[in-house]
Amino acid sequence: MTDTILRMSGITKTFPGVKALQDVNLEVRRGEIHSICGENGAGKSTLMKVLSGVYPDGTYEGDISFDGELCRFSGIRDSEHRGIVIIHQELALASNLSIAENIFLGNEQATNGWINWNRTNAAADQLLRRVGLSETAVTPVIQLGVGKQQLVEIAKALSKEVKLLILDEPTAALNDEDSAHLLDLLRGLRDEGITCVIISHKLNEVMGISDRVTILRDGKTIWTEETANLTEDKIISGMVGRDMEHRYPEHEPTIGDEALRIEDWTVYSPTQPDRALVRKANLTLRRGEIVGLAGLMGAGRTELAMSVFGRSYGVNISGRLIKDGREIQARSVREAIDHGLAYATEDRKRFGLNLIEDIKRNVSAAGLGKLAKGGWVDGNEEYRVADEFRASMNIKAPSVEAITGKLSGGNQQKVVLSKWIFTDPDVLILDEPTRGIDVGAKYEIYTIINRLADEGKAILVISSELPELLGICDRIYTLSAGRITGEVPRAEATQESLMTLMTKEVQEVAP
Amino acid sequence: MTAAPTSTGVQPGRGPAPQGQAPRKVNFDLKQSGIYIALALIVVLFTVLTGGDLLAPQNLSNIIVQYSYILVLAIGMVLIIIAGHIDLSVGSVVAATGAFAAVMMVEWDVPWPLAILLTLIFGALIGAWQGYWVAYFGIPAFIVTLAGMLLFRAVTYMILGNKGIGPFPEQVRTAANGFIPGFLNNVALGPLGGADLFSIIVGVSVVAGIAVVQYRARAGRIRYNQVVDPAWLFSVKVVVPAALVMFVVIQLARFRNLPWVLVLLALLVVGYTLVTNRAVFGRQIYAVGGNLQAATLSGVKVKSVVFWLFVNMGVLASVAGLIFAGRLNLAGPTAGNSFELDAIAAAFIGGAAVQGGVGKVVGAITGGLIMGVINNGMGLLGAQTETVMLVKGVVLLAAVAFDVWSKRRTAGAR
Repeated sequence: MTDTILRMSGITKTFPGVKALQDVNLEVRRGEIHSICGENGAGKSTLMKVLSGVYPDGTYEGDISFDGELCRFSGIRDSEHRGIVIIHQELALASNLSIAENIFLGNEQATNGWINWNRTNAAADQLLRRVGLSETAVTPVIQLGVGKQQLVEIAKALSKEVKLLILDEPTAALNDEDSAHLLDLLRGLRDEGITCVIISHKLNEVMGISDRVTILRDGKTIWTEETANLTEDKIISGMVGRDMEHRYPEHEPTIGDEALRIEDWTVYSPTQPDRALVRKANLTLRRGEIVGLAGLMGAGRTELAMSVFGRSYGVNISGRLIKDGREIQARSVREAIDHGLAYATEDRKRFGLNLIEDIKRNVSAAGLGKLAKGGWVDGNEEYRVADEFRASMNIKAPSVEAITGKLSGGNQQKVVLSKWIFTDPDVLILDEPTRGIDVGAKYEIYTIINRLADEGKAILVISSELPELLGICDRIYTLSAGRITGEVPRAEATQESLMTLMTKEVQEVAP
Repeated sequence: MTAAPTSTGVQPGRGPAPQGQAPRKVNFDLKQSGIYIALALIVVLFTVLTGGDLLAPQNLSNIIVQYSYILVLAIGMVLIIIAGHIDLSVGSVVAATGAFAAVMMVEWDVPWPLAILLTLIFGALIGAWQGYWVAYFGIPAFIVTLAGMLLFRAVTYMILGNKGIGPFPEQVRTAANGFIPGFLNNVALGPLGGADLFSIIVGVSVVAGIAVVQYRARAGRIRYNQVVDPAWLFSVKVVVPAALVMFVVIQLARFRNLPWVLVLLALLVVGYTLVTNRAVFGRQIYAVGGNLQAATLSGVKVKSVVFWLFVNMGVLASVAGLIFAGRLNLAGPTAGNSFELDAIAAAFIGGAAVQGGVGKVVGAITGGLIMGVINNGMGLLGAQTETVMLVKGVVLLAAVAFDVWSKRRTAGAR
């Protein structure tokens, strides 16, 4: 059992301004199920992308040895050729093609360039039996649920004679029954000698299925341990333990009246209308208070925020919004803004900024009406306003006519915040306000958030980083599988207690 | 061209460059002004090749009148392209609206002002139809307007019953093809001969207007402590367009005066340049094209913006339809064939980006003039139709290739 199939040693991967992985070591034994655990942003996915050749040899430091040989993968085909297959969280199936076509996509069963459909479908049928699907190979993938699509992905991996199967959050989108079936299948594959690496947030699954667990935190390996010697608490403390001194500015809140109450808020998925992303959530935000919303990936944090912000995400939204004691309707983003709500997105490049425009036009984008008379914008006023924000937010750019696409992440985030502050909101929802920006800029953003709270705004901060929530929030809600599972004042919150609440629902429901 | 100065006034990145930024600014400027330089080079080239005939009074007048309807279409088209869409149907809409106007004026004896108004409304309704499918129903504009291209050509045939209808009332013909009467006498311009005094007065007023507006804009920026061009560069930017305007006006005054369509075109260019630069609606067009999701999450009513852009395109297409039919004095079933291609080409040659979010009214006009000058100049040289097509195709490809190349280069330099 001590035959090592994979050894990654000294892996360091740097992105501009961020060290995503730092001297990471990982050893996987042949025929085991190995879980990798860590907070969002700990480097798990990056590590798997290095392993599968998504980041080719030369873009990282360190060595990968697979099956006793040193490997230098130049791309994903290269690693698949060696028997390493990765199944990403977002399934990569062509939904209009049949199961068989998907399984053999890029690996067509052909003779002299002509596809042999009989051989294709027969081989696909055989693989489907192996993963426990009763559908025929010619069924279009679009007719399958997410759980079955996941199984098709595994069948596809099996068709490539996989030796090491990597699954990134395989059960995140599955219901309990499908999850159980998937985990059973993985156990079966292990018995056939296929090694699995699983990235998962669901600790009960990790405990239930894996032979060993490796913890990553802040891009470093913390430890690797036999599951038999572990408890969920031990995994949690490994995932969160880190020093948090002097990373957050001091702040003494002055908490005022209730600004926004969200009652019985329920949101369904736009792609799977029978799946509730947020279930009967209740939250209260008060003026001058910074409230945190903690939850793991897929818990429904962004879905909750965006659906409150003018129903910009989700379908069949129900619930009530009470602003300053009166029920309000925010059926569009415009209405939400007019009611004094603001939402700064987690993905500023895709949803927050017009990257080809300059700073001033981005700053004015949501509050252009305040700069206009009779539909005409006062360009000089716009410049003045933007320049004031440039000074007060310390946006580092030669002028407010600099193109936002060329700014650093921290400065882009300050532009996004300026845009929303300019609308003069009462309630600011900040989704991952410090994602992908460096430590110094983070401190500045925290200071800005404190200042906004002192001005009497109610603030909701969504973050994957628990230390950040503990460092800046006065009160923290936890969200798990779309439900609010806890409301903890800062004084009583610890990373361990929050992590327990964030994984609570999953543990209770599991059979 | 008369509106060029109003847009240059707000271009970012002019003026003294902060330290360490100088090289990029120069590139940026080159990209921005490349299109104007290209037009200048092409004009010089054909002036030399034709021995000066290109810029002769009558020919200059011809270029403007012959190409006016494409330029009107290009204004609407560039707005749609900035928003990230396309309109393939404008040629057919030109035909349909022209036919509609002809039937009303010629067969039903509707008074011409009312008929023009109804034609504009007809164009707006066509635009609303297409805008509905694109904005609210969510069908890609390429498909909707491809269907529209067929639909409105069919409508044209139905209205006309497969024959040409004309002639148009005198007033419509004059508006489309005629010239402002000389209200004052001719004046002698030495070796240039006689020229219409009224036209020259109009020209001088326009130039004075440009200078005053530019000066006040600059003063406003200085009051707000913004970076402005140094005085010499500012003077160049006022004097060069002013000289161009005066040159064109004098040449036209020597021929038959200012064409009515030039006046209309000038008003449209100034108006739409103001809308794109200064109006909330104009800003929203750029926001929608630059990043649709960010615009949505900033409270822009994206669907409504796209809808009204198509309505606007319909109205401008009906203006072009009236000019075209009035000029030919006949509404024919094949009117406006492939106009959409010229209008789209004008917008892209003028610097609009295929991905949306970028583009200028003045750029589209310049792009249209480049095509017009090539057409006209090669015609003067007696070139074959296929040669003209070939050159226009190469110019379009080269212009977009330059855009893509310069974008890649700045991205690589980052």
